[in-house]
Amino acid sequence: MDKLRKYATELLQKGEVAAVIGYQQISEKRTKPIIAKTAEDCTKLVFNEYCLNNLAVYLTKARVKELRRMNGTVLKLAITAKPCDVHSVIALIQENQLKREDVHIISFNCAGVVKDFGMEFDGETLATKCIPCETHKPLYSDAIFGEEKETPKVSDEVLAKIDAIEKMNAGERFEYFKTEFDKCIKCYACRAACPLCYCQRCITDKTIPRWVESSAHSRGNFSWNVVRAFHLSGRCIGCGECERACPMDIPLSLLNRKMVIEAKEAYSYVSGRNLETPTLVGSFDVKDSDELFM
Amino acid sequence: MSEQKWEPKIVAFVCNWCTYTGADLAGTSRLKYPTNVKLIRVMCSGGIDPVFILKAFERGADGILVSGCHPNDCHYNAGNFHARRRWEFFDSLLKFLGIEEGRLQFSWVSASEGKKFVDVVTKVTNDVRAMGQFKAYKDLNDEFTAKFPEPVLNEKEIIMSEEEAK
Repeated sequence: MDKLRKYATELLQKGEVAAVIGYQQISEKRTKPIIAKTAEDCTKLVFNEYCLNNLAVYLTKARVKELRRMNGTVLKLAITAKPCDVHSVIALIQENQLKREDVHIISFNCAGVVKDFGMEFDGETLATKCIPCETHKPLYSDAIFGEEKETPKVSDEVLAKIDAIEKMNAGERFEYFKTEFDKCIKCYACRAACPLCYCQRCITDKTIPRWVESSAHSRGNFSWNVVRAFHLSGRCIGCGECERACPMDIPLSLLNRKMVIEAKEAYSYVSGRNLETPTLVGSFDVKDSDELFM
Repeated sequence: MSEQKWEPKIVAFVCNWCTYTGADLAGTSRLKYPTNVKLIRVMCSGGIDPVFILKAFERGADGILVSGCHPNDCHYNAGNFHARRRWEFFDSLLKFLGIEEGRLQFSWVSASEGKKFVDVVTKVTNDVRAMGQFKAYKDLNDEFTAKFPEPVLNEKEIIMSEEEAK
């Protein structure tokens, strides 16, 4: 922890970065994001299994981008990111929302985080996104802290649920998702928490014509959730922030995970893993499957 | 009043350069195809936003056809290649969400394939007819319109509301 704080302070003092986006402890089992701009802020930085937020979401926010302008120059932003959050950063770079040289990635050896704040970290409380996770070491980083630890082994519930849904018939599936989406209150917390939902103007905010109904009725809810899942298909890195942010506990990771599997099976592509490869939906291959088309 | 026989409503999103011209050829060659299909011309199959599909279902479409130029034939060189990847995802997402296979179909029809256009449209119409009305989405629709009826103004009211606005 001290190493991290010292490193961050040095970065700030050397004038390499404008701010460090990190986590701060606010109670024993709870952290919150902090944008550290001074050496004093840096003394609050922590990293542990309660660092749940995906801080990459801040990188595309206009107000955070503004911070980079200092004394007539544009500085870097430093971000403390779990290995999975690094995927988000890479995905943002792949999609030209960021440049690699504009962001200083401080990462950690990660053994998983808890499902929610206030939980004791043991096998049972491992977050769902950590169960299938294979990157316990960051793929790209400028500095790595923390020791390597063993991740608890937990059975993959989401995958089991996807299998169960796929075994249902179409009518049952529709009914299942209708009841789930019925809960939606259209707060768009899933959109706000998602690091890849960076559109300046979301399609749901467009009113002439109104593509997605704004009332929290099952018809509009269905559209919104389809649109959200579709816009993230082939892009989602599976950080699970949308589901954690959802106040109504809609199983959004089911859809996201399904689309991740789909991309992996059809195109052997996983988003946010390689800076060199173009994005899946932003590119094409002449040899893509033509099965769908008559 | 006798009850009208249900006929499927098919919406076809077709690209301007191939399928629309193909449909035109079908017409000028005097080929017959089901009148259930409503063509919506867009400039490229790559320009069809999946939200169009959802909107069409919301407005009561029973089946949807998306059709464009054959791969390598795109007027804009790569529009249909981009579309192909996107539809692949959208199709599997809709299937996962429980929208029956066959409600949304895709095809490549070139400008010279008037006959193929007729075949495709006939196939889609027959498929959807066999599946029956899109009950699942219709229920959502009925629920919605019962809750939020669309305002129906007669001429007098329109004039009144315009005067009020002044």
